[in-house]
Amino acid sequence: MDNALASTGLTTQPAPDPHPHETAVHAEHEHVALPQHRHHFETEEQQREAGSFGMWLFLVTEIMFFGGMFFAYLLYRNWYYPAFAAASSQLSVPLGGTNTAILITSGFCMALGVWAAEVRRRKMLVVTLILTTLFGLAFLGIKYDEYHEKYELHHIPGNNFNVSQFVNPAAYGIKEEPLAPDMAQKTQIFFFLYFAMTGMHAVHLIIGIGLLFWLTWRAHRGDFSSGYVAPIENFGLYWHFIDIVWLFLFPLLYLINRHPLH
Amino acid sequence: MSAAIGNTIVSLPDQSTAQIPRHNYINNEHGLLSWLLTSDHKRIAILYLISITFFFFIGGAFAGLIRLELLTPQPDLVSSDTYNKFFTMHGIIMIFLFLVPSVPATLGNFLIPIMLGAKDLAFPKINLLSWYLYMIGGTLTLTALVLGGVDTGWTFTTPLSTHYLNTHVITAATAIFVAGFSSIFTGLNFIVTIHRMRCPGMTWFRMPLFVWAHYAASLLMVLGTPVLAIALTLVALERLFGIGVFDPTKGGDPLLFQHLFWFYSHPAVYIMILPGMGVISEVISTFSRKRIFGYTAVAFSSVAIALFGFFVWEHHMFIMGVSSYSALVFSLLTMLVAVPSAIKIFNWTFTLQKGSITFETPMLYAFGFMGLFTIGGLTGIFLGSLGMDIHLTETYFIVAHFHFVMVGGMLMAFLAGIHFWWPKMTGRMYPESLSKLAAVTTFIGFNLTFLPQFILGYLGMPRRYHAYPPEFQVLNVLSTAGATVLGFGYMLPMLYLAWSLKYGAIAGNNPWQATGLEWQIQSPPLMENFIETPVMDHEAYDYEWLANKTRNEVTTVG
Repeated sequence: MDNALASTGLTTQPAPDPHPHETAVHAEHEHVALPQHRHHFETEEQQREAGSFGMWLFLVTEIMFFGGMFFAYLLYRNWYYPAFAAASSQLSVPLGGTNTAILITSGFCMALGVWAAEVRRRKMLVVTLILTTLFGLAFLGIKYDEYHEKYELHHIPGNNFNVSQFVNPAAYGIKEEPLAPDMAQKTQIFFFLYFAMTGMHAVHLIIGIGLLFWLTWRAHRGDFSSGYVAPIENFGLYWHFIDIVWLFLFPLLYLINRHPLH
Repeated sequence: MSAAIGNTIVSLPDQSTAQIPRHNYINNEHGLLSWLLTSDHKRIAILYLISITFFFFIGGAFAGLIRLELLTPQPDLVSSDTYNKFFTMHGIIMIFLFLVPSVPATLGNFLIPIMLGAKDLAFPKINLLSWYLYMIGGTLTLTALVLGGVDTGWTFTTPLSTHYLNTHVITAATAIFVAGFSSIFTGLNFIVTIHRMRCPGMTWFRMPLFVWAHYAASLLMVLGTPVLAIALTLVALERLFGIGVFDPTKGGDPLLFQHLFWFYSHPAVYIMILPGMGVISEVISTFSRKRIFGYTAVAFSSVAIALFGFFVWEHHMFIMGVSSYSALVFSLLTMLVAVPSAIKIFNWTFTLQKGSITFETPMLYAFGFMGLFTIGGLTGIFLGSLGMDIHLTETYFIVAHFHFVMVGGMLMAFLAGIHFWWPKMTGRMYPESLSKLAAVTTFIGFNLTFLPQFILGYLGMPRRYHAYPPEFQVLNVLSTAGATVLGFGYMLPMLYLAWSLKYGAIAGNNPWQATGLEWQIQSPPLMENFIETPVMDHEAYDYEWLANKTRNEVTTVG
């Protein structure tokens, strides 16, 4: 109601520029209105709820976005099971497992960060955000190493894709059943989906790290030390979403049925 | 006519003495930057209105060129490649840059916060961002056009789009990807606003049906559009790197693209039509002076359309080698989606029964909608039946069917809404007799254009060809003649609406004596819509409440 009255005051003023009045109004009600309170919300609670609801909804669209690729994975995995199993065996479980641990740890740091913001501990918030960033970068580093290995083995889909390792695994010292040449070609589909899904995941991670730099700077400035924690909370949701996508990607791409059934 | 209006609309107290309010959202700030950097939902709606009108006339120009080529059986105006580019650009521009954002981004943006008693949408900056994304998408589309066009059809069907064409597919796909995010953000903004920003007393079942329709459409935007985004990303990757996901020679499946594409693009037709249905609900109720018959049924039918809309996509692929069992299931589900649409039509008809009907321009357009949409919907049942579909698919019957729904339905609804809320948006009335002429012209022109195409399609003329056997010429000439009339019918509103901005009669707050919250505030509205937060203490479409309110107002003034 306070804001409604305020806007009454505003609109009956002849002056076209409302901003001086707006600040004056905020000054009057300093005890209720944070500086971050946006003019069109009735209460801060409404603002906070709207923000987090919007974030959840955005994550739903992200699920649908990744859903298209998960659907393609499901389809082709059913069609070309031997190729998927053989290609999956080429991924390194230790590296993927390490990365899973790293990402979960970074998620834990992020959760601590949200808590730190809620209890208004500025230093702890900055430290946890930096840790989250570092673990995110470590994940990307390991991912780069994995991609690089695939590049050297010519396992990147496209014109240079090489199936000889799957047609004749013994020549490469790999203890696998050889695949028929036409089925071996289908490993390309697996590797495409691998690159598309983990690549899209990495893009989300890179965007997240970019946002983390910005949030760390703002946290350092003290923006989130006075009870205004919505950006941290909402970013936390996004970051955990990235974690969760990986928690589906890791078993699907690296773990399940690594060796073809005989 | 005027006597009838005098009898039914009890009084128009403010219209003769009305003035444009001294403070409103239009003159609140001045200068181009104050528009380009605004976060006011009403100003963003106007930005959208200008830009989608621009793209509508570009898309319309391509439609004109298509009809001109089809005037004669010989391929004499343009080469077949150019013709392919014409219908592709027509489709891409009309669907992604006009129909999808048409009602939601303009009228929805303008009205939803006001109808809910809020000051703005939940995320005003994201709202502005969505307009910029739309403009980037539009610019990229024009870039693809200027660089030499794209000729895949708006469906980007693989492997045609990935292997056989060397036009600007990636540019066009990027354009749609970006414009898609604009639509996602609009939908997200609407859903959050409807959930979280309703004023005191505004329960879910007191919301205008316009808002319900937008809620359902927003669900489709939020859930469907990301799938289109990933489908087009995969097409672009396939073209760039030859990764094989849709390439049969590498084990990929071209049909997978169709599944992903239509998983968005079928719900997209409901994104296009649902907001239009919302407009029709408001217009029919206002000009019958009756509460919408079966309010709850109409509200839920919107949600039902959104829900069923996600489970019918395969009916676009009946002839493409999908399993006949799944085709059977999808055929049945397609029949089911007709039910909620029919509920709406029946309820609007019952609203008219014993209503005090007047025939203002928005009402004429709404009648046009009801007739044409019904034909469009019923021919959809033809196409949803497996046997008929094999005969009719990929012919002009399909073209006529979806133009009846999209143009006869959505465009009519858009124009109904623009005329209906024009006094609220600008504070001025459009010229009534001229606009009635435009409405009737549009209706005649539309039927002349598209009714012959049903016959053409049934006789077997395939779509997307620029030459045809001479025996089809008479019907094609009729269709082209109709398109000319239709073009004239669409030019008129643009001219007289622009004219009315300066010379139109001043409208006053509530020229239609409508019940919505938006009609209880000044026109054009203030920057934050309401002087104080309204309290919704009555049901939607409560004309007795309005009569009491008006009576009390007169007493106080007297």
